[in-house]
Amino acid sequence: MYPAAFRYHAPATLEAALALLAELGDRARPLAGGHSLIPMMKLRLAQPEHVIDLRKIAGLAFIRETDRGLAIGAATTHWQVESSPLVTARLKLLAEVAAGIADPQVRNRGTIGGSLAHADPAADYPASLLALEVELVCASAKGRRVIKADAWFQGLMATALASDELLVEIHVTLPPPGTGAAYIKLPHPATRFAIVGVAALVTQDGSGRCTRARLGITGVGPAATRLAGVEAALAGAALDRATIEVAATQAAEGLDLQDDRHATAAEKAALAGVFARRALEAAVARCGG
Amino acid sequence: MTERIDTMSIAITINDVVEAHDVEPRLLLVHFIRESAGLTGTHVGCDTSQCGACTVLLDGLAVKSCTVLAAQADGAEIVTIEGLAKNGALHPIQQGFREKHGLQCGFCTPGMIMAACQLLQRHPKPTRAQIRDQLDGNVCRCTGYLQIIDAIEWAADALAKR
Repeated sequence: MYPAAFRYHAPATLEAALALLAELGDRARPLAGGHSLIPMMKLRLAQPEHVIDLRKIAGLAFIRETDRGLAIGAATTHWQVESSPLVTARLKLLAEVAAGIADPQVRNRGTIGGSLAHADPAADYPASLLALEVELVCASAKGRRVIKADAWFQGLMATALASDELLVEIHVTLPPPGTGAAYIKLPHPATRFAIVGVAALVTQDGSGRCTRARLGITGVGPAATRLAGVEAALAGAALDRATIEVAATQAAEGLDLQDDRHATAAEKAALAGVFARRALEAAVARCGG
Repeated sequence: MTERIDTMSIAITINDVVEAHDVEPRLLLVHFIRESAGLTGTHVGCDTSQCGACTVLLDGLAVKSCTVLAAQADGAEIVTIEGLAKNGALHPIQQGFREKHGLQCGFCTPGMIMAACQLLQRHPKPTRAQIRDQLDGNVCRCTGYLQIIDAIEWAADALAKR
């Protein structure tokens, strides 16, 4: 057997799961779809003493409309997001991102909350959730707190989630009218993880000027991050080809780029610029509706 | 050093047969299927959630059973390649692979066929592009995939005529 031995818990309620987490802290790992944790346990990169399986807890998988946009339960699978008529109607970007994760079998198991809590540096969701306005609702035995996406990703597989907390809901605010959104990635040919992935949301006024630009990038650094340099270069500018091209050259500014087995730091800087430009072009083309 | 091994009792229905066994929590579903239940049609290929040879239906959804704990499937219904033929007659997808030479060595075939089951549930009249897209999670090293796509098109036609 490949994973190290562990104690298995399958609490029936959220309260029971939170009580276990309060008691066990970082000796326990919560298990949702298991498509990040189980591979790591098979390689013994993760060897939790206790695994808390969330599968019996009702009400962690849902997608519903809110005043500001959408609320998505943390245990909602990528397939459920991809195939949701509500997500497709209200925020097509998110359905598209989900449909591009790994492969159909993985999307049947993997969950949005699991992906965000695991924070793989090459995961797809983080780029879009940073570009959107997103709040993450975390529960512990002490109560709930809300963390903004910008404060969530703190480094390589490190998030703002405490060891006694569970991520339970993701709240997405719909972008303003006149916004175009796109996520473009260079997928690894085997895993479909993003070697680089850029999500862009741009809002245009009647005269074609950019009133709002938000971009997130994944894959190239230790954690997903906003592309502040590109956003600043677009503020108030006319969204024409030349402006986009110049703005995209700012993509690598401030990124923590290191050589790895997929690409050198210099190649990643170049890819960041190319994919920022492509995501912006695709987003602008969608500004009309 | 001795490690205290905890076991748990689980029951998983595989191809309409209840398989109840005491297992370690770390046992993977694919090993439960192959070793506890003795159904060796489900294969272990890459073991890293990429090749799809271990694909089975778990409560109707295609999953990679090398990346699911048996404990997570406690109480669930599984269909494996052994569960498709009925009364000695091959399932139309199996027949399609035979008619269109959708296999050579056959190692990937059980996973391909189980992935195709879900594909044809979701897309009863798939385009060739949809078949390619939906088989993204299954690797074949012999056929070059073209006959597999032919086989699934054949099966879609056969299922439509039923």
